[in-house]
Amino acid sequence: MKRITWKMVSTEAKLLLIGIPVLLWTIIPIYHMVLFSISPRDQATSGRLWPKEPTLNNFRLVFEQKHFYLDYFWVQLGNSLVIALSVGALTLAVSTAAAFAISRLKVRGGRTVMNLALFTYFIPAAFLAVPMYKTMSNYGLLNSQWSLILAMVTIASPYCIWVLKQASDKLPLELDEAAKMDGATALQLFRLVYLPLMVPSLVAVGTYALLLAWNEYLYAFLLLSKASSVTLAVALGNFVAADDSPWELLMTTGLIYALPPAAIYYTFKRYMVAGLTAGAVKS
Amino acid sequence: MTSWEKWGLFLVIPYLLVFLVFVIYPVSYGLWLARDPQSYVRLFADPIFFRTLINTVIFIVVAVNVKMVVALFLSGFFLHTRWWIKLLSLIFILPWAVPSIPTILSMRFMLNPEWGVINTLIFKMTGLDGPNWLGDPTLALAFSMLAHIWKSLPFWTLILLAGRMAIPAEQYEAASVDGASSWQKFRFITLPSIRSLYLTSVILSMIWTLGDFNSVYLLTGGGPADMTHVLATLGIRYLRLDQVDLALASVVVALPLVLPLVYFMMKRLSK
Repeated sequence: MKRITWKMVSTEAKLLLIGIPVLLWTIIPIYHMVLFSISPRDQATSGRLWPKEPTLNNFRLVFEQKHFYLDYFWVQLGNSLVIALSVGALTLAVSTAAAFAISRLKVRGGRTVMNLALFTYFIPAAFLAVPMYKTMSNYGLLNSQWSLILAMVTIASPYCIWVLKQASDKLPLELDEAAKMDGATALQLFRLVYLPLMVPSLVAVGTYALLLAWNEYLYAFLLLSKASSVTLAVALGNFVAADDSPWELLMTTGLIYALPPAAIYYTFKRYMVAGLTAGAVKS
Repeated sequence: MTSWEKWGLFLVIPYLLVFLVFVIYPVSYGLWLARDPQSYVRLFADPIFFRTLINTVIFIVVAVNVKMVVALFLSGFFLHTRWWIKLLSLIFILPWAVPSIPTILSMRFMLNPEWGVINTLIFKMTGLDGPNWLGDPTLALAFSMLAHIWKSLPFWTLILLAGRMAIPAEQYEAASVDGASSWQKFRFITLPSIRSLYLTSVILSMIWTLGDFNSVYLLTGGGPADMTHVLATLGIRYLRLDQVDLALASVVVALPLVLPLVYFMMKRLSK
């Protein structure tokens, strides 16, 4: 049996003294949202820790689109999904091709392309929003979902190319030489050797791009405006425009909107953390 | 040109097209639209602009440093192996894993002076009306910074935790044998090992914080009376008022703030 000493007790106490505030700080805004979503309208703001009569009625109201803020709930949820999936797929295609060309095929000027991409990555997207808005209007793409998809691919790909290039540079060069010796074409090398070895990084960057698009608010509300074409993020933002907003419905919709990214994050946590830390920690 | 070189060119072209059409063109077009000196005169004459600059500087100096110091501290906390700390680390990551719109709106409701849960509790306990949290420019900016810290603290804690875990355990064991205190271990082993990572993180966090639109816009909307705008929201404000030239001028004015930080990061990463 381990002897319990005073030193051990004080260490545990110190850890708890940090852990409890951290837990409260983290959970309160989220718990507040959950509390709203299970409270009847007149009890949501009572200041109680748990509603007197918890209910799932808010979820029913949202799913049945029983409020004029929610007239397009399912369409908007679908928009968010289609846009996120398109951005994920397109970003993955564009950045995998570029990273392969730069890292393995050593395309001329590859270093410059990489630096340009990195530069784009570091310029905050909020600063590119105004020129991007003008550009999309010039291209006649405003209010088309393509504008948001293309803008998000532009914002997501630099980081993806960089992470993929880092991972790809680590694959042994002998692989390519052996493939070349055997008379393999670049495409065969890509398909049979490169892609299978890169799966973890591909999952990480694909998820990154998908979540970036699903979570995006600024570009979505600038580029899209019709109630039937906006994403759920924009619809949530529109709720607060009026004073008489149904908070409990907003929080319920917000919770539904927040669940998929959280689920994806926890499912791919291993890949995400490895990919992201490889991205940020190195240096 | 060999077939491999041809493939290389072919595969890099899609990204180059994206870059030309959606980065080079917008940036050049934006700079061209922002060429009129008159726009800058009008921008500097706008009292909101001056206030915005101050807010932005407060944001990147105070919010970023507070966040990084806390992240450094918490990374040490999460290093401890306890079952409940492992569980807590899963919960702790939530703010970063969920989108910021619903959570920031949730905070906004908590802070509502009439119905918000904070003032309801204050009234229940003291019988007094709580302050109008977001109606005061200083408080509103402080809460925007808190929302920002709430959202991004988990990410930086994770990064610094990874940095700390890369330090060989033998170094700490050797120090323990020599009777070093935990402060001495932190000061002479941890700090030197993660100094460079910490500095990079601060700079990168400053860049991202400069571009943080949501924490301010969704919590305060720039209000009250446009007193809590930062550079990331100011451009959008002008755009919504249909003053595109001012919007672009405000972005150009932000460049001297952003570019040195970007230069630093580029230097770091191309090493």
